[in-house]
Amino acid sequence: MKTRSPFTDLIAFFGALAIALAPYWRWLVFCLVLLIVLPLPFLVKNFFVFQLTLAMIYAIAILGLNLLTGFNGQFSLGHSAFYAIGAYTAAILMDQYGVAYYWTLPIAGIVCFGAGFLFGLPALRLEGIYLALATFALAVAMPQILKLSPIEHWTGGVQGIVIIKPNAPFGLPLNPDRWLYYFTLAVTLVLFLCAYNLVSSRTGRAMKAIRDNAIAANAMGINLSLYKSLTFGVSAFYTGVAGALGGIVVQFVAPDSFTFALSVALFVGLVVGGVGSIAGALFGAWFVLFVPNIAEHVSKGLAGAVYGIMLILLIYLMPSGLAGLVRLVVMRFAKAAR
Amino acid sequence: MSTMLLEAKNICAYYGATQVLHGLDLSIAEGGITTLLGANGAGKTTMLRSVCGMVRTTGNVRFRGREIAGEATEDIVRLGIAHVPEGRGTFVRLTVEENLHLGAITHSNKAETAADVERVFGYFPRLRERYRQQAGTLSGGEQQMLAIGRALMLRPTLMLLDEPSFGLAPIIVEEVFTILKQMNEREKVSIFLVEQNAALALDLADHAYLLETGRVVMTGPARELREDENIRRAYLGY
Amino acid sequence: MELFLHQVLAGIATGGIYACMALAIVMIYQAIDHLNFAQGEMAMFSTFIAWQLIQWEVPYWAAFFMTLAISFAGGYLIERLIMRPIHNAPILSHVALFIALFAVINSLAGFIWEYQIKSFPTPFGTHSLLGEGLISGHDAGMVGVTVAMLVFLFLFFRYTRIGLAMRAAAANPESARLVGIRVEWMLALGWGMAASIGAIAGMLIAPVVFLEPNMMGSILLYGFAGAVVGGLTSPGGAVVGGVLVGVIENLAGTFIPYIGRELKLSIALALIVFVLTVKPSGLFGRSVVHRV
Repeated sequence: MKTRSPFTDLIAFFGALAIALAPYWRWLVFCLVLLIVLPLPFLVKNFFVFQLTLAMIYAIAILGLNLLTGFNGQFSLGHSAFYAIGAYTAAILMDQYGVAYYWTLPIAGIVCFGAGFLFGLPALRLEGIYLALATFALAVAMPQILKLSPIEHWTGGVQGIVIIKPNAPFGLPLNPDRWLYYFTLAVTLVLFLCAYNLVSSRTGRAMKAIRDNAIAANAMGINLSLYKSLTFGVSAFYTGVAGALGGIVVQFVAPDSFTFALSVALFVGLVVGGVGSIAGALFGAWFVLFVPNIAEHVSKGLAGAVYGIMLILLIYLMPSGLAGLVRLVVMRFAKAAR
Repeated sequence: MSTMLLEAKNICAYYGATQVLHGLDLSIAEGGITTLLGANGAGKTTMLRSVCGMVRTTGNVRFRGREIAGEATEDIVRLGIAHVPEGRGTFVRLTVEENLHLGAITHSNKAETAADVERVFGYFPRLRERYRQQAGTLSGGEQQMLAIGRALMLRPTLMLLDEPSFGLAPIIVEEVFTILKQMNEREKVSIFLVEQNAALALDLADHAYLLETGRVVMTGPARELREDENIRRAYLGY
Repeated sequence: MELFLHQVLAGIATGGIYACMALAIVMIYQAIDHLNFAQGEMAMFSTFIAWQLIQWEVPYWAAFFMTLAISFAGGYLIERLIMRPIHNAPILSHVALFIALFAVINSLAGFIWEYQIKSFPTPFGTHSLLGEGLISGHDAGMVGVTVAMLVFLFLFFRYTRIGLAMRAAAANPESARLVGIRVEWMLALGWGMAASIGAIAGMLIAPVVFLEPNMMGSILLYGFAGAVVGGLTSPGGAVVGGVLVGVIENLAGTFIPYIGRELKLSIALALIVFVLTVKPSGLFGRSVVHRV
């Protein structure tokens, strides 16, 4: 016969606690992540802080793409263009008009919203592969447009614009890298929360309805043109804000930083993180930021090949991205618990 | 004891983790018309798809005495089973001509194919008019005729039809069902028909099965099921 | 006027390159219903293989046909080994896989053969045909081979049983299975053919732009432009589209003020977008009618 001891009592207690808390696992994970993420800048080297900040920025950009492609079903390979517009908007405002860095974010966002909306209007007529091509064209054209001579005195031509890194406000004892880390973290949290709300709202359901069956959605009274263009705008907003942040953090914008390769990176980040998953954007950002570096460490000459192979393996193992895998695990766990 | 044309034993079918068919037993005699009835979601389409290897299945399926469970769809089809799927499965971007030729693509030569096409026109003269049109531009009824025509091109021993009446005007449905009867008699092709329209199906068929949530709940000659009180109330509306 | 004519002819010459690439792109689109972004890299890799064979003293035409065979096998294997496991995954995963393929092939080529440009021989001769510097023997040969390929493909898809089977498998795999078509074999065959056509394109293009791992980048773009302008469902349209893109690009570069060398690329893109908004199915493409 089993004897009761304090040890078995403890296990029973934690077991019950785990089962009681299980439905709230999302909140728990979130709190855990916060606990890790907040003190991080003081525990690691400055350069790593810089990279972590970039990861969050990419996550925002990928989230923007996700809103358009994952939740609304519109394929885009052109988001590097919106990122560029955001970055240049911030750079020009700071460099030529002396605007403070924190104001450049909403302005860049609004400018990109407009750009996205305007691009979304003619794009309404395009589906799938044709939309992919049109956005591909946009992405490839952007660096060329940025190099055009007539607008050179704004854009700085091929050499781009240099931005001065802002200092922490109110004389806080943080070096610029750490301050930007927390600033970006705050922006990221706000934007992710807004995205989550948007997706769970009526508007979000309309977006998803359009993705799943546009004809049916239209028949139910959803104004396709309005929603699709708006989604394009919101998506561009997010990526534009990310671009502005990116420019500030990197301290530099130039046409060749925003080539099609960036669009590809954002796209890969989307697929790896999981289409239609907001949290997945973070994982996707990590992948596209750090895996190329890892690949280079593995083999300098074959870096691209290693990256490609890792991407292939990831797609085999997680065809729905990390989010899909998490969903699968949670479902299995839930079934077992019953 | 005569061997049945198709014998399915203990069929369980799954879509992912969800089980849809729970141990079905079914047999189809050679030469006749058998129908599978049931409400929406009963598992009728799944049963047809199980026969053709299009869905994850456990159990035995014997066609002319040969075990076909677990084989690839295209191999099963080559044995002489033609499946007219739910939604017709037309190649919308190809022409009517190409759709029909595709039915014959695995077996015949030019002369045979031409003769077979003429035979299809015999049943469905409207297809001759539309021969070079893109299949996607045909009306629902015409696409159904094309789908059946394509199945006929396979020179099948057994034809599976999934809700041929779906979305069609009643007068077209009558036309199609009359033609199916003719086909069964002239071409000696056995028919396994899945239908929601129980009245029509029971008129056409010799033998019937009733499916409810993945299980056979009744079976017998069609004439008997037609007279049955419960069926009349639940499925025939009187 | 003479300048105009001159530029048109020069445009046709470059257009020949784009037409070739466009044909390969449309070819694979017809076979697998996807646009393969790694197509250019596969063509480049095939060209390197041909180059290597020639370095090993294999005569040109022998190397040419050996490369075709190797490319066919390569395309077939890529489909069976790499694309197979994700057949049922969503389209976005496919695109991501193409991107991965691009990275792997590009990097591998650079690793094996390095990045210095190499010259690649042409069997058509480099002397000019119609007076100085207008169209060379090679340019004419290129257009000729492209047209020949086009005719071959047209006949193949329209009039052979296996061509029809391939089109069916690409258009509607499930229905194709229901008529007994071995869909997996058709897909692999399609990839093999597309790889071979890409190899021909690469071997024709390399003498002009010189052989190096990144040679196909902008060519792929022009190829896409040509395919879209002509219509993704029409191989003939792709060829015409490719030539058109070459001509327009050249004319724009010569006669419009701000368009220098760099913006020629943007012209191709503006063209794509313009055609896509006005007539999404391209000049010769068939718009698909779906009755709900």
